Amino acid sequence: MPTFLRDVHMKRHNLLDTLFRNITRLSAFAVLLLLVAIIVSLIIGSAPSIKAFGFNFLTSTDWDPVTDEYGAFVPIVGTLATSAIALLIAIPVSFGIALFLTELSPRWLRRPLGIAIELLAGIPSIIYGMWGLFVFAPLFADHVQPWLIEELGPLPIFGPLFQGIPMGIGVLTAGIILAIMVIPFIASVMRDVFEVVPTLLKESAYGLGATTWEVMWNVVLPYTKIGVAGGIMLGLGRALGETMAVTFVIGNAHELSASLMMPGNSISSALANEFNEAVGELYTSALIELGLILFLITFIVLSLARYMLYILAKREGSTA
Amino acid sequence: MMSTEQSVTPKLIVRDLNFYYGAERALKDINLTIPEKMVTAFIGPSGCGKSTMLRTFNRMYQLYPKQKATGEVLLDGNNILDKKQDLNTLRAKIGMVFQKPTPFPMSIYDNIAFGAKLYENLTRREMDERVEWALKKAALWTEVKDKLKQSGTGLSGGQQQRLCIARAIAVKPQILLLDEPTSALDPISTAHIEKLIDELKGEFTIIIVTHNMQQAARVSDYTAYMYLGDLIEFGDTSTVFTNPKRKETEDYITGRFG
Amino acid sequence: MLTLYTRRRLINAMGLGISALAMLFGLFWLGWILWTLLANGLPHLTTAVFTQMTPPPNSSGGLLNAIAGSLTMTFLAALIGTPIGILAGTYLAEFGQRGWLAPTTRFINDVLLSAPSIVIGLFIYEMYVVKIGHFSGWAGALALSILVIPIVIRTTENMLRLVPNTLREAAAALGAPQWKVINMVTLRAARAGIITGVLLAVARISGETAPLLFTSLNNQFWSSDLDQPMANLPVVIFQFAMSPYEDWQSLAWAGALLITISVLTLNIMARVLFRQSSTTY
Repeated sequence: MPTFLRDVHMKRHNLLDTLFRNITRLSAFAVLLLLVAIIVSLIIGSAPSIKAFGFNFLTSTDWDPVTDEYGAFVPIVGTLATSAIALLIAIPVSFGIALFLTELSPRWLRRPLGIAIELLAGIPSIIYGMWGLFVFAPLFADHVQPWLIEELGPLPIFGPLFQGIPMGIGVLTAGIILAIMVIPFIASVMRDVFEVVPTLLKESAYGLGATTWEVMWNVVLPYTKIGVAGGIMLGLGRALGETMAVTFVIGNAHELSASLMMPGNSISSALANEFNEAVGELYTSALIELGLILFLITFIVLSLARYMLYILAKREGSTA
Repeated sequence: MMSTEQSVTPKLIVRDLNFYYGAERALKDINLTIPEKMVTAFIGPSGCGKSTMLRTFNRMYQLYPKQKATGEVLLDGNNILDKKQDLNTLRAKIGMVFQKPTPFPMSIYDNIAFGAKLYENLTRREMDERVEWALKKAALWTEVKDKLKQSGTGLSGGQQQRLCIARAIAVKPQILLLDEPTSALDPISTAHIEKLIDELKGEFTIIIVTHNMQQAARVSDYTAYMYLGDLIEFGDTSTVFTNPKRKETEDYITGRFG
Repeated sequence: MLTLYTRRRLINAMGLGISALAMLFGLFWLGWILWTLLANGLPHLTTAVFTQMTPPPNSSGGLLNAIAGSLTMTFLAALIGTPIGILAGTYLAEFGQRGWLAPTTRFINDVLLSAPSIVIGLFIYEMYVVKIGHFSGWAGALALSILVIPIVIRTTENMLRLVPNTLREAAAALGAPQWKVINMVTLRAARAGIITGVLLAVARISGETAPLLFTSLNNQFWSSDLDQPMANLPVVIFQFAMSPYEDWQSLAWAGALLITISVLTLNIMARVLFRQSSTTY
């Protein structure tokens, strides 16, 4: 055998191996660094506001650039309220869509329908905003809101949520549009987790004479509940952080109102509307603190979502 | 133990080899000597450790965490399990062909050239010659000589496997490890490969793992029978198949087992 | 017995009926939004849109500077984000079996994947815009590149995991060092899937508005200087749509149609490419 295995080659290969490994590792590390940098820069940016208002910032409803008094309560409530409405609508619809795609749809229709739903996720959020403001809101004000105010307004407990004037824009409208936006995210996670249910499990339920609905409701859903919850949290994370669609239709009013018909504000829409016009250190800083709060909330929600999906994936891996 | 007319030189000497997948011991105190430029076959039921054995010879197991080997495997006197052994140069000396064909996503020519240019500075001409030489050795040249620039993934299964053999010998290794090289192939391609093994053994030390006993009987000079991580019997193929020393071997070979 | 069975069948039929309705509900919005875009955008999608600059209020014009700015920033963002994403994804898939870095990065990356994009805009504002003192095209590209990275990391890792281990072993068995195995064989086998990921990332950022508001902002004129505020379609659409001027609103619809067509085309292209690639490996 010729002695062609040169040391030079070996050394060069080993050197390049180390180099390549470390470059990739550095890139992976950069992602962690990015997260830290985002949090740190937001904290530094919001330092003046944190110093000035402390924890009162979270509970104060003030928002007055003239007197330089700021509180995050109204936008936080707006963000949570719109997201809650969105989930209320999106969860059942997404379940229906996922059920349709996994169990009911003829095989040849599954792919096109799946793509159509995913295209819904692909439409840029600014388009939802424009459509919401110019097309949906006027129709909503003319045909739906009067009825809601008439029928639901007088009810006890829930009534105040639906009192007001039909303006089209407002918290409810923003919530509905958010729902349409997060449906594809939740539905596609649900579909994916439904598809990992072992066929054997479903077949044994069908074998007992269960109906499709019973198999889904009593077998598939309990089996995948962690994944389904993860998908919902993922949708929630999206809804909380969504900016443009909400900014167009929420009305941008820094007022707390019991009614969902009234204009409100969310963290992201306050940022989008006011940040570039904000003058003075404290005003800017209060807005950055809003951003920090938003980032922390979504971070927690999305972490939970991922954690749940990991648990499901892990269980899947160990039983497979 | 090795009673053949030819003089045999030992190529690989295995001493007290143990192998672990995590806590599970997959090879138990293996000792054997593999002769140079002959064909040695490892047979046994699945899970017996024959593939694991092969993967210690080029330390392929080290791609994965939690796998480790202890003991010694001496290649021309050097322990290849030694920590200081460079893995890449070791693998350039010991080629391997897998169960399923593994053409790289590149042209037929580049598939062969990939390994050959790792440790040699070849000119364009030399490389052309090397590719032709390897493809001829692997009995594939006439079928592909007009489409060297086409993708290797476009060949038939049997051709792909011969491409992989050509790719392995283009590096000019001393040993060729064949891990069930025909288990994914049709009978005609299998016959091709078996003929090839016979032709190649004059130049390379060949170690083949197979679940097909007839194949071991046809192509190998020496046969090792393994069971549950133990080396049950090792000797020249005709003896192992016609006059096994151990009862377990006889049971397996006559089909009374597994 | 019969009544129980009838009731169960009734519930089943109702449940399935509602599920079909949910599907229609989803398709209904998609259809309605696309139809709105076509009805409002198509009449205004004239050649002027592609040849003239954004106009002052109450005069006609086009979106040329915005289109050019969007293309420039999207291209730069992909250029910055893709290599980092591919390298980090490679680390997760190929070197990540041991240690804490890979699982942590994977988790953080999955979280960043859906992090609010407006916060990314704030981050770049704090880190870059404040330091240089003005909005700029570079800032916009940087903000978008941060959105590209997690998507590319995710797809790269997933695609590399689909490459069979035997291929890695076959390359290693020839004595190839790991960098060569990965660069010449594994990444190459996963190439189509990774390109899919990059296309999806480009689709995602080409419609993003929020991260550009505080970074590149807008520019009414043609600007090829990346160090200056740069026009871009999403922000122009936002400003024009919210304005009271009819000319501006028409242009906003034309831009909205344009952007949606591009994003959806990219999405579909990515899917087709991925389907083709998954048949070969």
